[in-house]
Amino acid sequence: MTHAAPRRSRLRSRGVAVLVATVSTLVVFGVIGWLIVNADGWATVQARFFDSARFDEALPRVFAGLLVNIGIFLIAAVCILVWALVLAVMRSLDDPVFFPIKLFAIIYIDLFRGLPSILIIYVLGFGIPALRLPGLTSDVYVWGIVSLVLVWSAYVAEVYRAGIQSVHPSQAAAARSLGLSGVKTFRYVVLPQAIRRVIPPLLNDMVGLQKDTALVSFLGPVEAFRRAQAMASADFNFTPYLASAMLFLMLTVPMARLVDWLVARDRKRYLAGAR
Amino acid sequence: MNAGGTPVSAGVPASAEVPVSAGVPVSASVSAQAPGLGGEALRIEGLRKSFGDHLVLDGIDLVVAEHEVVCLIGASGSGKSTLLRCVNLLEPIDSGRIVVQGAEITASGVDVDRIRRSIGIVFQAYNLFPHMSVIRNITLAPVKVLRLPKAEAEARAEELLRRFGLLDKRDAVPDRLSGGQQQRVAIVRALAMRPSILLLDEITSALDPVLVAEVLSVIRELAESGMTMVLATHEMGFARDIANRVAFLEGGRIIEEGPPGQIFSAPRDERTRRFLDRVIEAGRL
Repeated sequence: MTHAAPRRSRLRSRGVAVLVATVSTLVVFGVIGWLIVNADGWATVQARFFDSARFDEALPRVFAGLLVNIGIFLIAAVCILVWALVLAVMRSLDDPVFFPIKLFAIIYIDLFRGLPSILIIYVLGFGIPALRLPGLTSDVYVWGIVSLVLVWSAYVAEVYRAGIQSVHPSQAAAARSLGLSGVKTFRYVVLPQAIRRVIPPLLNDMVGLQKDTALVSFLGPVEAFRRAQAMASADFNFTPYLASAMLFLMLTVPMARLVDWLVARDRKRYLAGAR
Repeated sequence: MNAGGTPVSAGVPASAEVPVSAGVPVSASVSAQAPGLGGEALRIEGLRKSFGDHLVLDGIDLVVAEHEVVCLIGASGSGKSTLLRCVNLLEPIDSGRIVVQGAEITASGVDVDRIRRSIGIVFQAYNLFPHMSVIRNITLAPVKVLRLPKAEAEARAEELLRRFGLLDKRDAVPDRLSGGQQQRVAIVRALAMRPSILLLDEITSALDPVLVAEVLSVIRELAESGMTMVLATHEMGFARDIANRVAFLEGGRIIEEGPPGQIFSAPRDERTRRFLDRVIEAGRL
Protein backbone atom coordinates (compact mmCIF):
# COMPACT_ATOMS: atom_id res chain seq x y z
CA MET A 1 0.00 0.00 0.00
CA THR A 2 2.86 2.35 0.73
CA HIS A 3 3.92 2.14 -2.92
CA ALA A 4 0.44 2.85 -4.25
CA ALA A 5 0.45 6.61 -3.81
CA PRO A 6 3.66 7.54 -5.66
CA ARG A 7 2.85 5.03 -8.38
CA ARG A 8 -0.58 6.51 -9.00
CA SER A 9 0.82 10.03 -9.15
CA ARG A 10 3.48 8.89 -11.61
CA LEU A 11 0.73 7.36 -13.75
CA ARG A 12 -1.29 10.53 -13.56
CA SER A 13 1.66 12.72 -14.52
CA ARG A 14 2.35 10.35 -17.41
CA GLY A 15 -1.27 10.70 -18.54
CA VAL A 16 -0.94 14.47 -18.36
CA ALA A 17 2.25 14.34 -20.43
CA VAL A 18 0.50 12.33 -23.16
CA LEU A 19 -2.40 14.78 -23.17
CA VAL A 20 -0.11 17.79 -23.42
CA ALA A 21 1.86 16.20 -26.23
CA THR A 22 -1.31 15.34 -28.15
CA VAL A 23 -2.83 18.79 -27.84
CA SER A 24 0.36 20.66 -28.71
CA THR A 25 0.95 18.36 -31.70
CA LEU A 26 -2.59 18.92 -32.99
CA VAL A 27 -2.26 22.69 -32.60
CA VAL A 28 1.15 22.95 -34.30
CA PHE A 29 0.31 20.68 -37.21
CA GLY A 30 -3.15 22.19 -37.51
CA VAL A 31 -1.70 25.69 -37.87
CA ILE A 32 0.89 24.55 -40.40
CA GLY A 33 -1.80 22.69 -42.37
CA TRP A 34 -4.10 25.70 -42.34
CA LEU A 35 -1.29 27.98 -43.53
CA ILE A 36 -0.42 25.64 -46.38
CA VAL A 37 -3.96 25.03 -47.56
CA ASN A 38 -4.72 28.76 -47.52
CA ALA A 39 -1.53 29.80 -49.24
CA ASP A 40 -1.57 31.22 -52.77
CA GLY A 41 -1.03 28.51 -55.34
CA TRP A 42 -2.16 25.69 -53.12
CA ALA A 43 -4.75 24.70 -55.70
CA THR A 44 -2.02 24.21 -58.34
CA VAL A 45 0.14 22.23 -55.93
CA GLN A 46 -2.79 20.07 -54.98
CA ALA A 47 -3.64 19.37 -58.61
CA ARG A 48 -0.05 18.51 -59.52
CA PHE A 49 0.99 16.56 -56.42
CA PHE A 50 -2.11 15.47 -54.55
CA ASP A 51 -4.56 14.48 -57.24
CA SER A 52 -6.57 11.76 -55.54
CA ALA A 53 -7.86 10.20 -58.77
CA ARG A 54 -4.31 10.01 -60.13
CA PHE A 55 -3.15 8.65 -56.81
CA ASP A 56 -5.70 5.83 -56.82
CA GLU A 57 -4.76 5.03 -60.38
CA ALA A 58 -1.01 5.10 -59.68
CA LEU A 59 -0.87 3.22 -56.42
CA PRO A 60 -1.46 -0.37 -57.64
CA ARG A 61 0.91 0.06 -60.58
CA VAL A 62 3.63 1.63 -58.48
CA PHE A 63 3.11 -1.12 -55.93
CA ALA A 64 3.73 -3.74 -58.61
CA GLY A 65 6.99 -1.91 -59.31
CA LEU A 66 7.84 -1.88 -55.61
CA LEU A 67 7.87 -5.67 -55.61
CA VAL A 68 10.82 -5.40 -57.99
CA ASN A 69 12.57 -3.10 -55.50
CA ILE A 70 11.94 -5.59 -52.73
CA GLY A 71 13.32 -8.41 -54.85
CA ILE A 72 16.47 -6.46 -55.69
CA PHE A 73 16.82 -5.46 -52.05
CA LEU A 74 16.54 -9.00 -50.69
CA ILE A 75 19.04 -10.53 -53.11
CA ALA A 76 21.48 -7.63 -52.66
CA ALA A 77 21.12 -7.65 -48.86
CA VAL A 78 22.03 -11.33 -48.53
CA CYS A 79 25.06 -10.93 -50.82
CA ILE A 80 26.16 -7.75 -49.01
CA LEU A 81 25.89 -9.23 -45.51
CA VAL A 82 28.07 -12.20 -46.53
CA TRP A 83 30.62 -10.43 -48.76
CA ALA A 84 31.05 -7.53 -46.33
CA LEU A 85 31.87 -9.97 -43.55
CA VAL A 86 34.54 -11.56 -45.74
CA LEU A 87 35.96 -8.09 -46.43
CA ALA A 88 35.91 -7.17 -42.74
CA VAL A 89 37.78 -10.35 -41.84
CA MET A 90 40.30 -9.72 -44.62
CA ARG A 91 40.86 -6.21 -43.35
CA SER A 92 41.25 -7.42 -39.76
CA LEU A 93 44.09 -9.83 -40.61
CA ASP A 94 47.18 -8.69 -38.75
CA ASP A 95 49.74 -11.27 -39.73
CA PRO A 96 52.26 -9.78 -42.18
CA VAL A 97 51.87 -12.89 -44.36
CA PHE A 98 48.32 -11.83 -45.15
CA PHE A 99 49.21 -8.22 -45.90
CA PRO A 100 48.29 -8.42 -49.62
CA ILE A 101 44.79 -9.60 -48.65
CA LYS A 102 44.47 -6.84 -46.10
CA LEU A 103 45.68 -4.30 -48.65
CA PHE A 104 43.10 -5.54 -51.16
CA ALA A 105 40.33 -5.06 -48.59
CA ILE A 106 41.55 -1.56 -47.70
CA ILE A 107 41.69 -0.47 -51.35
CA TYR A 108 38.33 -2.07 -52.10
CA ILE A 109 36.62 -0.33 -49.20
CA ASP A 110 38.21 3.05 -49.92
CA LEU A 111 37.26 2.78 -53.57
CA PHE A 112 33.65 1.71 -53.33
CA ARG A 113 32.80 3.75 -50.29
CA GLY A 114 34.18 6.82 -52.01
CA LEU A 115 32.28 6.54 -55.29
CA PRO A 116 28.63 7.49 -55.84
CA SER A 117 26.40 4.44 -56.27
CA ILE A 118 24.90 5.86 -59.46
CA LEU A 119 28.34 6.03 -61.07
CA ILE A 120 29.05 2.35 -60.42
CA ILE A 121 25.57 1.45 -61.64
CA TYR A 122 26.13 3.32 -64.91
CA VAL A 123 29.61 1.92 -65.48
CA LEU A 124 28.63 -1.68 -64.81
CA GLY A 125 25.04 -1.59 -66.07
CA PHE A 126 25.77 0.09 -69.40
CA GLY A 127 29.49 -0.57 -69.74
CA ILE A 128 29.75 -4.31 -69.28
CA PRO A 129 26.82 -5.37 -71.48
CA ALA A 130 28.28 -3.09 -74.17
CA LEU A 131 31.51 -5.10 -74.15
CA ARG A 132 29.58 -8.17 -75.32
CA LEU A 133 32.13 -10.36 -73.60
CA PRO A 134 31.28 -14.04 -73.96
CA GLY A 135 30.13 -15.61 -70.71
CA LEU A 136 29.11 -12.31 -69.16
CA THR A 137 25.41 -11.66 -68.84
CA SER A 138 23.93 -8.42 -70.07
CA ASP A 139 20.98 -8.71 -67.69
CA VAL A 140 20.55 -5.26 -66.18
CA TYR A 141 19.06 -6.69 -62.98
CA VAL A 142 22.25 -8.66 -62.41
CA TRP A 143 24.51 -5.65 -62.98
CA GLY A 144 22.25 -3.43 -60.93
CA ILE A 145 22.45 -5.84 -58.02
CA VAL A 146 26.21 -6.32 -58.47
CA SER A 147 26.68 -2.54 -58.31
CA LEU A 148 24.67 -2.24 -55.10
CA VAL A 149 26.61 -5.12 -53.57
CA LEU A 150 29.96 -3.56 -54.49
CA VAL A 151 29.07 -0.20 -52.97
CA TRP A 152 27.15 -1.26 -49.89
CA SER A 153 29.48 -4.10 -48.93
CA ALA A 154 32.17 -1.45 -48.46
CA TYR A 155 30.01 0.37 -45.92
CA VAL A 156 28.80 -2.77 -44.20
CA ALA A 157 32.34 -4.17 -44.00
CA GLU A 158 33.35 -1.14 -41.94
CA VAL A 159 30.38 -1.69 -39.65
CA TYR A 160 31.40 -5.30 -39.12
CA ARG A 161 35.00 -4.26 -38.54
CA ALA A 162 33.97 -1.76 -35.88
CA GLY A 163 32.06 -4.59 -34.18
CA ILE A 164 35.00 -6.97 -34.36
CA GLN A 165 37.34 -4.35 -32.91
CA SER A 166 34.90 -3.56 -30.11
CA VAL A 167 35.26 -7.07 -28.68
CA HIS A 168 37.91 -6.78 -25.97
CA PRO A 169 41.18 -8.63 -26.71
CA SER A 170 40.83 -10.40 -23.36
CA GLN A 171 37.95 -12.39 -24.88
CA ALA A 172 40.20 -13.74 -27.61
CA ALA A 173 42.95 -14.36 -25.03
CA ALA A 174 40.55 -16.42 -22.92
CA ALA A 175 39.49 -18.47 -25.93
CA ARG A 176 43.06 -19.03 -27.13
CA SER A 177 44.14 -20.01 -23.63
CA LEU A 178 41.61 -22.84 -23.76
CA GLY A 179 43.27 -24.17 -26.90
CA LEU A 180 40.84 -22.79 -29.46
CA SER A 181 42.53 -21.99 -32.77
CA GLY A 182 42.47 -18.47 -34.16
CA VAL A 183 39.69 -19.40 -36.57
CA LYS A 184 37.56 -21.06 -33.91
CA THR A 185 38.14 -18.16 -31.53
CA PHE A 186 36.86 -15.81 -34.21
CA ARG A 187 33.93 -18.04 -35.14
CA TYR A 188 32.63 -18.85 -31.66
CA VAL A 189 33.79 -16.01 -29.42
CA VAL A 190 34.58 -12.80 -31.32
CA LEU A 191 32.12 -12.82 -34.23
CA PRO A 192 28.90 -13.57 -32.29
CA GLN A 193 29.63 -10.71 -29.90
CA ALA A 194 30.64 -8.39 -32.73
CA ILE A 195 27.48 -9.01 -34.77
CA ARG A 196 25.21 -8.59 -31.79
CA ARG A 197 26.70 -5.16 -31.19
CA VAL A 198 26.41 -3.92 -34.77
CA ILE A 199 22.87 -5.08 -35.59
CA PRO A 200 21.46 -1.52 -35.23
CA PRO A 201 24.00 0.11 -37.60
CA LEU A 202 23.66 -2.86 -39.97
CA LEU A 203 19.92 -2.33 -40.18
CA ASN A 204 20.57 1.36 -40.68
CA ASP A 205 22.62 0.53 -43.77
CA MET A 206 19.85 -1.79 -44.93
CA VAL A 207 17.45 1.17 -44.85
CA GLY A 208 19.89 3.04 -47.07
CA LEU A 209 20.17 0.06 -49.39
CA GLN A 210 16.40 -0.17 -49.68
CA LYS A 211 16.33 3.41 -50.95
CA ASP A 212 19.22 2.86 -53.33
CA THR A 213 17.35 0.07 -55.13
CA ALA A 214 15.53 2.88 -56.96
CA LEU A 215 18.83 3.77 -58.66
CA VAL A 216 18.77 0.48 -60.55
CA SER A 217 15.82 1.92 -62.52
CA PHE A 218 18.30 3.99 -64.54
CA LEU A 219 19.38 0.77 -66.21
CA GLY A 220 15.85 0.06 -67.37
CA PRO A 221 14.11 -2.25 -64.90
CA VAL A 222 10.63 -0.92 -64.24
CA GLU A 223 10.44 -0.69 -60.49
CA ALA A 224 8.41 1.66 -58.29
CA PHE A 225 10.29 4.87 -59.05
CA ARG A 226 10.52 4.14 -62.79
CA ARG A 227 6.83 3.32 -62.97
CA ALA A 228 5.99 6.57 -61.22
CA GLN A 229 8.33 8.48 -63.52
CA ALA A 230 6.65 6.99 -66.60
CA MET A 231 3.21 7.93 -65.36
CA ALA A 232 4.28 11.40 -64.23
CA SER A 233 5.95 12.34 -67.49
CA ALA A 234 2.83 11.34 -69.44
CA ASP A 235 0.91 14.36 -68.16
CA PHE A 236 3.25 16.32 -65.90
CA ASN A 237 1.31 15.30 -62.83
CA PHE A 238 3.60 14.37 -59.95
CA THR A 239 1.10 12.44 -57.87
CA PRO A 240 2.54 9.03 -58.90
CA TYR A 241 5.88 10.10 -57.38
CA LEU A 242 4.03 10.72 -54.17
CA ALA A 243 2.51 7.27 -54.30
CA SER A 244 5.97 5.88 -54.84
CA ALA A 245 7.39 7.93 -51.98
CA MET A 246 4.65 6.73 -49.68
CA LEU A 247 5.36 3.11 -50.49
CA PHE A 248 9.09 3.55 -49.89
CA LEU A 249 8.36 5.12 -46.52
CA MET A 250 6.11 2.21 -45.66
CA LEU A 251 9.18 -0.02 -46.04
CA THR A 252 11.88 2.18 -44.55
CA VAL A 253 10.05 3.76 -41.61
CA PRO A 254 9.21 0.42 -39.93
CA MET A 255 12.85 -0.60 -40.44
CA ALA A 256 13.99 2.63 -38.81
CA ARG A 257 11.63 2.05 -35.86
CA LEU A 258 12.97 -1.49 -35.54
CA VAL A 259 16.49 -0.06 -35.34
CA ASP A 260 15.39 2.37 -32.61
CA TRP A 261 13.76 -0.43 -30.68
CA LEU A 262 16.85 -2.64 -30.94
CA VAL A 263 19.12 0.20 -29.82
CA ALA A 264 16.88 0.89 -26.83
CA ARG A 265 16.75 -2.79 -25.93
CA ASP A 266 20.54 -3.11 -26.20
CA ARG A 267 21.03 -0.07 -24.03
CA LYS A 268 18.67 -1.44 -21.41
CA ARG A 269 20.51 -4.76 -21.45
CA TYR A 270 23.85 -3.03 -21.16
CA LEU A 271 22.66 -0.99 -18.19
CA ALA A 272 21.20 -4.09 -16.55
CA GLY A 273 24.49 -5.91 -17.14
CA ALA A 274 26.51 -3.08 -15.65
CA ARG A 275 24.17 -2.95 -12.66
CA MET B 1 59.14 -9.71 -38.40
CA ASN B 2 57.03 -12.58 -37.27
CA ALA B 3 57.20 -15.25 -39.95
CA GLY B 4 54.50 -17.84 -40.25
CA GLY B 5 52.28 -16.52 -37.53
CA THR B 6 53.73 -18.39 -34.58
CA PRO B 7 53.53 -16.16 -31.53
CA VAL B 8 56.71 -17.67 -30.16
CA SER B 9 59.58 -15.61 -31.45
CA ALA B 10 62.31 -17.19 -29.37
CA GLY B 11 65.31 -15.21 -30.50
CA VAL B 12 68.51 -16.86 -29.38
CA PRO B 13 67.68 -19.19 -26.52
CA ALA B 14 69.87 -18.36 -23.58
CA SER B 15 70.96 -21.96 -23.43
CA ALA B 16 74.72 -21.52 -23.65
CA GLU B 17 75.44 -22.69 -20.14
CA VAL B 18 72.26 -24.68 -19.61
CA PRO B 19 72.58 -28.34 -20.51
CA VAL B 20 69.80 -28.89 -23.03
CA SER B 21 68.62 -32.45 -23.00
CA ALA B 22 65.02 -32.27 -24.17
CA GLY B 23 63.50 -31.21 -20.94
CA VAL B 24 64.87 -33.89 -18.65
CA PRO B 25 65.53 -32.19 -15.33
CA VAL B 26 69.25 -31.79 -15.10
CA SER B 27 70.45 -28.47 -13.85
CA ALA B 28 69.84 -28.65 -10.13
CA SER B 29 71.30 -25.18 -9.81
CA VAL B 30 68.16 -23.52 -11.13
CA SER B 31 65.90 -24.21 -8.22
CA ALA B 32 65.64 -26.57 -5.35
CA GLN B 33 62.60 -28.79 -5.59
CA ALA B 34 60.24 -29.05 -2.68
CA PRO B 35 60.49 -32.49 -1.13
CA GLY B 36 57.67 -35.00 -1.29
CA LEU B 37 56.37 -33.73 -4.60
CA GLY B 38 56.13 -35.39 -7.99
CA GLY B 39 58.25 -34.93 -11.10
CA GLU B 40 58.83 -31.70 -12.89
CA ALA B 41 55.70 -30.00 -14.20
CA LEU B 42 57.13 -26.71 -15.36
CA ARG B 43 60.62 -25.40 -15.96
CA ILE B 44 61.39 -21.82 -16.91
CA GLU B 45 64.95 -20.90 -17.85
CA GLY B 46 66.36 -17.45 -18.51
CA LEU B 47 63.01 -16.03 -19.55
CA ARG B 48 63.22 -12.50 -20.85
CA LYS B 49 60.38 -10.40 -22.14
CA SER B 50 60.04 -6.73 -22.94
CA PHE B 51 57.27 -4.53 -24.20
CA GLY B 52 59.05 -2.07 -26.48
CA ASP B 53 61.89 -0.56 -24.43
CA HIS B 54 60.42 -1.70 -21.16
CA LEU B 55 62.03 -4.88 -19.85
CA VAL B 56 59.30 -6.73 -17.95
CA LEU B 57 60.95 -10.08 -17.30
CA ASP B 58 64.69 -10.00 -16.80
CA GLY B 59 65.87 -13.59 -16.75
CA ILE B 60 63.37 -15.69 -14.82
CA ASP B 61 64.37 -19.18 -13.66
CA LEU B 62 61.71 -21.26 -11.97
CA VAL B 63 60.95 -24.94 -11.60
CA VAL B 64 57.56 -26.20 -10.44
CA ALA B 65 57.08 -29.81 -9.41
CA GLU B 66 53.93 -31.80 -10.01
CA HIS B 67 51.31 -31.22 -7.29
CA GLU B 68 53.21 -28.17 -6.14
CA VAL B 69 51.56 -24.82 -5.46
CA VAL B 70 53.80 -21.84 -6.13
CA CYS B 71 52.72 -18.33 -5.25
CA LEU B 72 54.25 -15.35 -7.04
CA ILE B 73 54.20 -12.23 -4.90
CA GLY B 74 55.41 -8.73 -5.59
CA ALA B 75 54.16 -5.24 -6.32
CA SER B 76 52.03 -4.46 -9.35
CA GLY B 77 54.28 -4.22 -12.39
CA SER B 78 56.84 -6.64 -10.99
CA GLY B 79 56.13 -9.05 -13.86
CA LYS B 80 53.93 -11.67 -12.17
CA SER B 81 51.09 -11.51 -14.68
CA THR B 82 53.37 -11.29 -17.67
CA LEU B 83 55.22 -14.38 -16.44
CA LEU B 84 51.98 -16.36 -16.31
CA ARG B 85 50.88 -15.09 -19.70
CA CYS B 86 54.22 -16.13 -21.17
CA VAL B 87 53.85 -19.66 -19.79
CA ASN B 88 50.48 -19.86 -21.56
CA LEU B 89 52.14 -18.48 -24.72
CA LEU B 90 49.71 -15.56 -24.73
CA GLU B 91 52.78 -13.33 -24.89
CA PRO B 92 55.67 -14.11 -27.23
CA ILE B 93 58.93 -14.26 -25.29
CA ASP B 94 62.22 -12.62 -26.26
CA SER B 95 64.54 -15.32 -25.05
CA GLY B 96 64.79 -18.25 -22.69
CA ARG B 97 62.88 -21.49 -22.67
CA ILE B 98 59.77 -22.90 -21.05
CA VAL B 99 59.36 -26.64 -20.60
CA VAL B 100 56.01 -28.15 -19.63
CA GLN B 101 55.79 -31.85 -18.76
CA GLY B 102 59.15 -32.43 -20.38
CA ALA B 103 58.33 -30.74 -23.67
CA GLU B 104 59.82 -27.41 -24.63
CA ILE B 105 56.85 -25.22 -25.56
CA THR B 106 58.98 -22.29 -26.65
CA ALA B 107 60.70 -24.31 -29.38
CA SER B 108 59.92 -23.13 -32.88
CA GLY B 109 57.27 -25.05 -34.79
CA VAL B 110 55.35 -26.33 -31.77
CA ASP B 111 51.57 -26.57 -31.99
CA VAL B 112 50.60 -23.69 -29.74
CA ASP B 113 46.94 -24.69 -29.51
CA ARG B 114 47.84 -28.21 -28.41
CA ILE B 115 50.09 -26.85 -25.65
CA ARG B 116 47.46 -24.45 -24.39
CA ARG B 117 45.01 -27.33 -23.87
CA SER B 118 47.16 -28.68 -21.07
CA ILE B 119 47.90 -25.31 -19.45
CA GLY B 120 44.88 -23.70 -17.84
CA ILE B 121 44.84 -20.02 -17.02
CA VAL B 122 42.32 -17.98 -15.04
CA PHE B 123 42.34 -14.20 -15.39
CA GLN B 124 41.75 -11.37 -12.97
CA ALA B 125 38.72 -10.13 -14.93
CA TYR B 126 37.23 -13.66 -15.37
CA ASN B 127 36.91 -13.17 -19.16
CA LEU B 128 33.84 -15.37 -19.40
CA PHE B 129 32.11 -15.30 -22.78
CA PRO B 130 29.14 -12.99 -22.14
CA HIS B 131 27.05 -14.33 -25.03
CA MET B 132 27.07 -17.89 -23.75
CA SER B 133 25.43 -19.59 -20.80
CA VAL B 134 27.61 -20.98 -18.02
CA ILE B 135 27.40 -24.51 -19.40
CA ARG B 136 28.35 -23.38 -22.91
CA ASN B 137 31.27 -21.35 -21.55
CA ILE B 138 32.57 -24.52 -19.97
CA THR B 139 31.86 -26.98 -22.78
CA LEU B 140 32.97 -24.81 -25.72
CA ALA B 141 36.62 -25.86 -25.68
CA PRO B 142 36.04 -29.54 -24.75
CA VAL B 143 33.57 -29.86 -27.65
CA LYS B 144 35.36 -27.73 -30.26
CA VAL B 145 38.95 -28.55 -29.35
CA LEU B 146 38.96 -31.99 -27.70
CA ARG B 147 36.02 -33.06 -29.89
CA LEU B 148 34.18 -34.58 -26.94
CA PRO B 149 30.55 -35.48 -27.64
CA LYS B 150 28.31 -32.71 -26.30
CA ALA B 151 26.64 -34.97 -23.72
CA GLU B 152 29.99 -36.09 -22.34
CA ALA B 153 31.33 -32.54 -22.17
CA GLU B 154 28.18 -31.41 -20.36
CA ALA B 155 28.38 -34.30 -17.91
CA ARG B 156 31.98 -33.35 -17.17
CA ALA B 157 31.01 -29.70 -16.74
CA GLU B 158 28.06 -30.53 -14.48
CA GLU B 159 30.26 -32.67 -12.28
CA LEU B 160 32.65 -29.75 -11.82
CA LEU B 161 29.80 -27.30 -11.25
CA ARG B 162 28.34 -29.58 -8.59
CA ARG B 163 31.74 -29.91 -6.93
CA PHE B 164 31.99 -26.13 -6.59
CA GLY B 165 28.33 -25.52 -5.71
CA LEU B 166 27.41 -23.88 -9.00
CA LEU B 167 25.11 -26.45 -10.56
CA ASP B 168 22.06 -24.22 -10.16
CA LYS B 169 23.83 -21.62 -12.34
CA ARG B 170 24.18 -24.09 -15.21
CA ASP B 171 22.02 -22.11 -17.64
CA ALA B 172 22.64 -18.63 -16.28
CA VAL B 173 24.30 -15.90 -18.35
CA PRO B 174 27.60 -14.64 -16.84
CA ASP B 175 26.26 -11.09 -16.44
CA ARG B 176 23.69 -12.38 -13.97
CA LEU B 177 26.29 -13.91 -11.66
CA SER B 178 28.22 -12.27 -8.86
CA GLY B 179 31.94 -11.68 -9.35
CA GLY B 180 32.79 -14.60 -7.12
CA GLN B 181 30.47 -16.90 -9.03
CA GLN B 182 31.88 -15.71 -12.35
CA GLN B 183 35.40 -16.35 -11.19
CA ARG B 184 34.49 -19.85 -9.99
CA VAL B 185 32.89 -20.55 -13.38
CA ALA B 186 36.09 -19.34 -15.03
CA ILE B 187 38.06 -21.79 -12.89
CA VAL B 188 35.67 -24.60 -13.84
CA ARG B 189 36.04 -23.61 -17.51
CA ALA B 190 39.81 -24.00 -17.24
CA LEU B 191 39.50 -27.28 -15.33
CA ALA B 192 37.13 -28.76 -17.92
CA MET B 193 40.12 -29.09 -20.26
CA ARG B 194 41.83 -31.23 -17.56
CA PRO B 195 45.02 -29.18 -17.65
CA SER B 196 48.22 -30.55 -16.16
CA ILE B 197 48.97 -27.16 -14.64
CA LEU B 198 46.75 -24.25 -13.67
CA LEU B 199 47.91 -20.63 -13.78
CA LEU B 200 45.93 -18.15 -11.69
CA ASP B 201 46.51 -14.49 -12.45
CA GLU B 202 45.41 -12.36 -9.47
CA ILE B 203 42.04 -14.03 -9.59
CA THR B 204 40.68 -12.34 -6.48
CA SER B 205 41.89 -8.80 -7.22
CA ALA B 206 38.65 -7.71 -8.88
CA LEU B 207 36.45 -9.17 -6.15
CA ASP B 208 34.66 -7.78 -3.15
CA PRO B 209 36.41 -8.88 0.05
CA VAL B 210 33.28 -10.88 0.90
CA LEU B 211 33.53 -12.81 -2.34
CA VAL B 212 37.25 -13.51 -2.10
CA ALA B 213 36.73 -16.32 0.39
CA GLU B 214 34.50 -18.39 -1.88
CA VAL B 215 37.07 -18.28 -4.66
CA LEU B 216 39.98 -19.05 -2.35
CA SER B 217 38.17 -22.07 -0.96
CA VAL B 218 37.98 -23.43 -4.51
CA ILE B 219 41.73 -23.00 -4.88
CA ARG B 220 42.30 -24.63 -1.53
CA GLU B 221 40.27 -27.63 -2.60
CA LEU B 222 42.19 -27.86 -5.85
CA ALA B 223 45.48 -27.74 -3.97
CA GLU B 224 44.32 -30.56 -1.72
CA SER B 225 43.34 -32.62 -4.74
CA GLY B 226 46.92 -32.30 -6.00
CA MET B 227 46.51 -29.74 -8.77
CA THR B 228 49.76 -28.15 -9.86
CA MET B 229 49.25 -24.42 -9.63
CA VAL B 230 51.14 -21.17 -10.07
CA LEU B 231 49.36 -18.19 -8.56
CA ALA B 232 50.11 -14.53 -8.91
CA THR B 233 48.46 -13.06 -5.84
CA HIS B 234 48.17 -10.14 -3.47
CA GLU B 235 46.50 -12.33 -0.82
CA MET B 236 49.54 -12.80 1.38
CA GLY B 237 47.72 -14.65 4.13
CA PHE B 238 46.38 -17.08 1.60
CA ALA B 239 49.79 -17.49 -0.04
CA ARG B 240 51.36 -18.29 3.30
CA ASP B 241 48.60 -20.77 3.96
CA ILE B 242 48.44 -22.65 0.72
CA ALA B 243 51.78 -22.36 -1.07
CA ASN B 244 54.49 -24.98 -1.02
CA ARG B 245 56.79 -22.28 -2.22
CA VAL B 246 56.66 -18.52 -2.55
CA ALA B 247 58.63 -16.50 -5.08
CA PHE B 248 59.07 -12.76 -4.64
CA LEU B 249 59.42 -10.78 -7.86
CA GLU B 250 60.74 -7.28 -8.32
CA GLY B 251 61.82 -5.55 -11.53
CA GLY B 252 61.20 -8.68 -13.57
CA ARG B 253 63.47 -10.91 -11.51
CA ILE B 254 62.83 -13.52 -8.86
CA ILE B 255 64.57 -11.90 -5.91
CA GLU B 256 63.97 -14.67 -3.45
CA GLU B 257 62.11 -17.94 -3.27
CA GLY B 258 61.50 -20.47 -0.56
CA PRO B 259 58.90 -22.07 1.65
CA PRO B 260 56.27 -19.59 2.85
CA GLY B 261 57.37 -19.90 6.47
CA GLN B 262 60.84 -18.68 5.60
CA ILE B 263 59.82 -15.96 3.09
CA PHE B 264 57.20 -14.41 5.30
CA SER B 265 58.94 -14.65 8.67
CA ALA B 266 62.64 -14.62 7.80
CA PRO B 267 63.18 -13.08 4.35
CA ARG B 268 66.84 -13.13 3.42
CA ASP B 269 66.82 -10.34 0.90
CA GLU B 270 66.47 -6.70 1.88
CA ARG B 271 64.04 -6.05 -0.99
CA THR B 272 61.73 -8.86 0.12
CA ARG B 273 61.78 -7.47 3.63
CA ARG B 274 60.92 -3.99 2.39
CA PHE B 275 58.03 -5.32 0.27
CA LEU B 276 56.60 -7.33 3.16
CA ASP B 277 56.92 -4.35 5.49
CA ARG B 278 54.82 -2.32 3.09
CA VAL B 279 52.26 -5.13 2.86
CA ILE B 280 52.02 -5.29 6.65
CA GLU B 281 51.72 -1.52 6.80
CA ALA B 282 48.78 -1.74 4.39
CA GLY B 283 47.20 -4.28 6.72
CA ARG B 284 47.31 -7.04 4.13
CA LEU B 285 49.28 -9.57 6.17
